Amino acid sequence: MFNSKFLLVIAFFASPALVFAQSAEEKGLEIAKAADAYDQGFTDFTANMVMTLKNKKGETSSRLIRIRTLEVEGDGDKSLSIFDEPADVKGTKMLTYSHGLEPDDQWLYLPALKKVKRISSRNKSGPFMGSTFAYEDLGSQEVEKYTYRYLRDEACGEWTCHVIERFPAYKFSGYTRQIAWIDTEGYRLVRAEFYDRKKALLKTLTAGDFKQYLGHYWRPGTMDMVNHQTGKSTLLEWKDYEFKTGLTERDFRSQTLKRIK
Amino acid sequence: MRLALCAFGLLLVCANAMAEFSGNVAAEAQIFPESPQFDDQFDENLTFSFKPKWDGEWNDGDDLWSLELFMRADNKDAGREKVDIREALWLGVRGDNEWRVGINTMFWGVIESKHLVDVINQIDYVEGIDGEEKLGQPMLHLKRYQDWGVLDFLVLPYFRERTFPEKEGRLRLPLVVDTDKAEYESSDEERHVDYALRFSQTYDDLDLGISWFKGTNRDPLFLPGLDGDGEPVLIPFYEQMQQIGVDAQLIYEAWIWRLEAIRREADSNDYNAYTAGFEYTFYGIMESPTDLGLLLEYSYDGRSKDEADVLDDDVFLGTRFAFNDEQSSEILAGFYIDTNNQSRSFRVEANRRFGASWKGTLELQTFADIDSDDRLAAFANDDFLLLEMAYYF
Repeated sequence: MFNSKFLLVIAFFASPALVFAQSAEEKGLEIAKAADAYDQGFTDFTANMVMTLKNKKGETSSRLIRIRTLEVEGDGDKSLSIFDEPADVKGTKMLTYSHGLEPDDQWLYLPALKKVKRISSRNKSGPFMGSTFAYEDLGSQEVEKYTYRYLRDEACGEWTCHVIERFPAYKFSGYTRQIAWIDTEGYRLVRAEFYDRKKALLKTLTAGDFKQYLGHYWRPGTMDMVNHQTGKSTLLEWKDYEFKTGLTERDFRSQTLKRIK
Repeated sequence: MRLALCAFGLLLVCANAMAEFSGNVAAEAQIFPESPQFDDQFDENLTFSFKPKWDGEWNDGDDLWSLELFMRADNKDAGREKVDIREALWLGVRGDNEWRVGINTMFWGVIESKHLVDVINQIDYVEGIDGEEKLGQPMLHLKRYQDWGVLDFLVLPYFRERTFPEKEGRLRLPLVVDTDKAEYESSDEERHVDYALRFSQTYDDLDLGISWFKGTNRDPLFLPGLDGDGEPVLIPFYEQMQQIGVDAQLIYEAWIWRLEAIRREADSNDYNAYTAGFEYTFYGIMESPTDLGLLLEYSYDGRSKDEADVLDDDVFLGTRFAFNDEQSSEILAGFYIDTNNQSRSFRVEANRRFGASWKGTLELQTFADIDSDDRLAAFANDDFLLLEMAYYF
């Protein structure tokens, strides 16, 4: 009798806490949703990307890729990558329709065969163009692709960052978890750590040289991905960002891949 | 002014003024270790090729032009020497319509080991027995986008003859094909106007194409004949034909299922043929970045053995290694096995980049236990090793 009354009293006092206090998981998700909401409405953008691969011996090789991305409401973005260098892959184009947890649709145009080839997009953990970036690092970052856990807030350079853990929710990810530093004002992804399937630290991404576009959207000028296990690193330099360029669905059709320049 | 010059056809002026220039130049060494089956065939050969391309656009990208040439110098097999226009094209985008007028090279289909529905361009056979190098085809082409699919309408006013090795060439039939004496069913000969239609659409994970072609068959029949010196030769005979084709590809996780099927009707024969198979990819094998793809494809040809294609009742077993490294290294190895007579051929193709601008390719082809009745019998001694170094610009 006494016991049950005591429990009721406990329940009475505990319930407001259950309603109002957020778990670390809820807070992590809230931050991810806020970051996603902040970036919505960019409509489309184009940019040029210089990718410099560096191996353990310090030897470098570079790739030149033009990127066109179209925001799709209620689904992942559509994106087109046009390869200009190295010369032997010049004219190769990759078209991706990303879809949250569903597999992406992906096509490749091979100029030597003049053939458009639909390819399997399961290879999310594979290296992109021999670099330390995996396809999943460069793909459209939908909220539902991860579950989250808020860790703490801390200073990150000139800003304050939310530090959150992200756990891939999609099959075939190469990671067990990531730790992301996202600044509290412009939701810039300043730094990220990637842990492999054996839970060991695999890679660290450091982004910098951020610029604001349309008075709102922040984009990094550089992204440096270091693989701690192989000693290789890849530097992405983003140039010539342009937003709201007037791209439409018509510019992202697999059938037009061959003619796009 | 530039446009005006272009209008007057001063192509090189345009090319330099508004073009982007790209392409490659390559040296190719071919070694045949076995002595030849037929007189005068060479044992090794060194040839050079040049593939320049100019292209440009105006009108905010709604109008494009391109010119792509392919040249090969070969001092042993005159059948391989050529200058071909692979592309010389104006392309206009007008709303949901795309117009192409000129010479173009296109690819239809999904199968890796054989190309059944891909009938628009003639095969540049001397550049590879796999039929993936093709000659430029003059055409008027309208591509129309609809919500329910894409339609291609093609009018093909001129026919290109298949290339064949000369007497000195390897990978040839027992008798030389005399391309100077080609015959046609149609009295219009190579000026017969051909037509083609294609519908294609993506339904989630399924890509589907349905095509129709009516005109001069790109695959010749061979008639016995004599050349100018009274030597026996084969004379290519190009029939009229009508073909309906289907190609489909379905992706499910690491599986890709593929099908190509045709019904072809001509005076000599009405028949069906299909190739069906799959590719399964193991990603990141043994905790490396390497992907390993396994391919299995079966080809059926409804014609009798001596009329049918080489792959008439054959299984293709292939492996594809993509190393995902800085050099984009790849190896594709495949077995073709005839299920009737166990004739086998084996082919490996490996390539990688060297530095920023070079690409090396190694090809090895062997023919084993070739049945004397098999269509490959003429190639029985033509195992070869090919090395190519290409400079891209």
